[in-house]
Amino acid sequence: MRKYYTRIDNIAGNVATLKATDVAYEELAVVEGSWGKSLAQVIRISDDNVALQVFAGTRGLSTGDKVSFLGSSMRFSFSDDLFGRIFSGGGEPRDGRSELTDNMIQVGGPSVNPAVRLMPHRMIPTNIPMIDVFNTLVEGQKLPIFSIPGEPYNELLARIALQAEADVIVFGGMGLKYDEYLFFKNQLEEGGAMARTIMFVHTASDPVVECLQTPDLALTVAEQFAVQGKRVLVLLTDMTNFANALKEISITMEQIPSNRGYPGDLYSQLASRYEKAVVFEEGGSITLMAVTTMPGDDVTHPVPDNTGYITEGQFYLKNGVIDPFGSLSRLKQQVNAKTRDDHRAIMDGCIQLYSTCRETREKRAMGFEMSEWDQKLLKYGDSFEKEIMSFSANTSLFDALNQCWEILAAHFEPRETGIRASLCDQFWPKK
Amino acid sequence: MSTTGRIVTVYGNMVTAEFEGSVRQNAVAYCQRSDGVRLMSEIIRIRKNRADMQVFELTRGLKIGDAVEITDELLSVELGPGLIGMIYDGLQNPLPEMAEKVGKFLEPGHYLKALDRAQQWEFTPVASVGDTVSAAENLGKVKEKIFDHYIMAPFTLSGEWKVKKVASAGKYKVEDEIAVLEKDGETISVNMIQRWPVRMPLGIYNERLLPTEPMVTKQRIIDTFFPVMLGGTYCIPGPFGAGKTVLQQITSRHAEIDLVIVAACGERAGEVVETLREFPHLKDPRTGKTLIERTIIICNTSSMPVAARESSVYTAATLGEYYRQVGLNVLLLADSTSRWAQALREMSGRLEEIPGEEAFPAYLESSIARFYERGGIVELKDGRKASLTVGGTVSPAGGNFEEPVTQGTLKVVGAFLGLSYARSYARRFPAIDPLESWSKYTGTIPGEKVAWAHNFLRRGKSIFEMMQVVGEEGTSIDDFIVYLKSEFLDNVYLQQNSFDEVDAACPTDRQEYLFDMVCNILKHDFALTDKTQARNMFFTLTEQVRNWNYAPWQTDRMKEAEAEIKSSLNSKEAAHA
Repeated sequence: MRKYYTRIDNIAGNVATLKATDVAYEELAVVEGSWGKSLAQVIRISDDNVALQVFAGTRGLSTGDKVSFLGSSMRFSFSDDLFGRIFSGGGEPRDGRSELTDNMIQVGGPSVNPAVRLMPHRMIPTNIPMIDVFNTLVEGQKLPIFSIPGEPYNELLARIALQAEADVIVFGGMGLKYDEYLFFKNQLEEGGAMARTIMFVHTASDPVVECLQTPDLALTVAEQFAVQGKRVLVLLTDMTNFANALKEISITMEQIPSNRGYPGDLYSQLASRYEKAVVFEEGGSITLMAVTTMPGDDVTHPVPDNTGYITEGQFYLKNGVIDPFGSLSRLKQQVNAKTRDDHRAIMDGCIQLYSTCRETREKRAMGFEMSEWDQKLLKYGDSFEKEIMSFSANTSLFDALNQCWEILAAHFEPRETGIRASLCDQFWPKK
Repeated sequence: MSTTGRIVTVYGNMVTAEFEGSVRQNAVAYCQRSDGVRLMSEIIRIRKNRADMQVFELTRGLKIGDAVEITDELLSVELGPGLIGMIYDGLQNPLPEMAEKVGKFLEPGHYLKALDRAQQWEFTPVASVGDTVSAAENLGKVKEKIFDHYIMAPFTLSGEWKVKKVASAGKYKVEDEIAVLEKDGETISVNMIQRWPVRMPLGIYNERLLPTEPMVTKQRIIDTFFPVMLGGTYCIPGPFGAGKTVLQQITSRHAEIDLVIVAACGERAGEVVETLREFPHLKDPRTGKTLIERTIIICNTSSMPVAARESSVYTAATLGEYYRQVGLNVLLLADSTSRWAQALREMSGRLEEIPGEEAFPAYLESSIARFYERGGIVELKDGRKASLTVGGTVSPAGGNFEEPVTQGTLKVVGAFLGLSYARSYARRFPAIDPLESWSKYTGTIPGEKVAWAHNFLRRGKSIFEMMQVVGEEGTSIDDFIVYLKSEFLDNVYLQQNSFDEVDAACPTDRQEYLFDMVCNILKHDFALTDKTQARNMFFTLTEQVRNWNYAPWQTDRMKEAEAEIKSSLNSKEAAHA
């Protein structure tokens, strides 16, 4: 027999408080009123006072609305029927198809025992040269894309989704503009990837609380597939919106903020999501890529700063390209020795030359005279940017390496590149 | 003696229980979920008949009215032979066994014994019947890995006790009786297990000594410029990506120390996995055994429950103190103390305490100080010296050292190895900033010689800054050479290639030799008049000394490299003015 409560005492922000008994921490409840129905979660119980975080928000909520408790925490159906489906941040179907109810699993479970983890050791080809050649993505890695609003970070994410080798793609969108959501949906459908994709989308107009649930739903589903031995790629955008939702709730709950209004547990909150990235001994894995927009391009802002301490490197998306200097894949050393003999040499050589080219550009801007060597560098820099740095390229690793050699050969003599002579002998394009 | 309470509040990982009778601050309690799962917690505040507890697990599913079993024991660890080589979580549960029993995920409510009850130890008695012993005096010893692990009289013993019985040499399990002690007609049975509350410093010794012997890390920049002492303390603050954890890993591999305790506190699981998977295969050059045989890992990574993170550094410190009692030189590496401080902050926020700077609790500084003060070198009751050295990393928000955790740490440590993003960006590893870091200790190389060399770095930097303004043309050749010399010192001495087998670890005698060689070059009066020529000269010297660094000690290769350096110095360009 379900018990109904019909008296809400306090309503503030997205939190409603009422008197109830026999309620468990983090249990789900349903709030029903003339405006409709919403799920809610218990976020504090104190004596018989229960604080509920109302998923749909508290706009229009009446103190006389009906509340009932469901006897369990957030659950979600897990089966192969998930493929191709789109859900909201609250777990409701967004694609107009039926709700799934089989095999309900708990959302947001305990973390993986470090003793059963493996070191990430397999490369994930993305066919984007700036990633594959220079900052290789590794299976089981967690990498954020640091960017600023206005940059094409969602285009990059969509491209990775389409081109990266993965058995399952789980997409989590937080605070997306509606057209961004449609963009992802269309991209995945047109690219033929929808059949191996599951989407959880919270748009900017949806209730804030659902934004908090989105990564948990996505990662819970991903974790189940990984346990089955699948190689899962999780794409999240935008984690800054998630952090802002955390901020909103914690301020409502009158928690003391630590830095720029963010709660003191921001690091732990972000870490418990990012740390879902894993490689299991049996072969399953979760690789996690998440967009983090930096307000004001400030990397010391609490969200990117805390993220940087958690993740294994970062991609900087700046001026429409993946910046080769600020970007770093900390795990690339685990894989790039095993791909091809020239991989590391090209990685270092091309970037060193490009870095000198940037210095030369500065010199040119200051009005210095350009030597013959400077001219070479400038031309090299232009073609490197055009052919390699653009992420619209869809080139396999080996082709990209060959292309790098072509560009080097077009502008330099072998000894000018600083690449070991034995490698130049082997790979330098024959005219 | 335990009491039962009843839950009245659940908020995050904080639970409040109402109780009758008496409870002890920092006692362990178990919250009983309605499905029977017991969640371990610790009492952190008592107000009248209500006790606030931090729960070491996810609190999901707890209800008002659920029973709480409040024990009389403080949060404690198990001490005895069998700890070395283990991987524990912050509450001393062995993680590999946990995986076997519970599966891939750390499901709440499972607690395992820290010490293997079935393992047999070869026991040799040291005390004999009729001897008088007090707390922490040796009764016997067992061989644990390569160490003599002394089995001591209980640490909680008060006064002098008579040995009534001691086990004869033979094989025993940790729970077997190995001695019986007697005082005033009272007898106690002693086995190999001791328990000690983690928040209480464990130190039973004749006296605490001044740290005077350097702890050799085989990293030149540390051992020569910013040395750390056995029983000393140091901290490594740095922004993300500056190489804190790499430096910790290098230290745990190469440091000349008996036992390393790695406390992975709130950091990435991946880093622990690296240690976990590699140490069983890496050789310890000092003993020829694998590194895992001198390592204990306490691991509470960032996604594991926060309260256990807070206690994990104390667990690690207690294990360190225990092996110091046993007689070893122990190094405790805590990575990262900022995450631990954040755990304090989270709890303080839930307790609604009045916050200090950046919402950290007001007692942050004293907590940090208490933690580092657990290190130290001591003379044990049997006259042996043993030490616990404490090194902690700090992850300051935004890389800004002005924040409370870094500042609180700097006040209490003996050495500050500040990492800089600029050096890491320029691939100058280890990325310790030579101009910002300091050490209050003296290393093997005399202080005045080090200060003389260090001065080059300072002068080189100011000349470099000047050059940014006036250009190379406006710089005198003398200044330019000083600048090149400082760069040379940086390149060949401060920087070390951790991927090179030889250069990764530079022992003391080699450091002293190299330091003299480098100083001679710094002293050398070059007759260079042209800047390009000067730059080429130092480019060559740098290359040659680097080759020397890569050459194994006392080999022909090393001698050849040295001869090349000599010939460069004697060349026409380098001749004395």
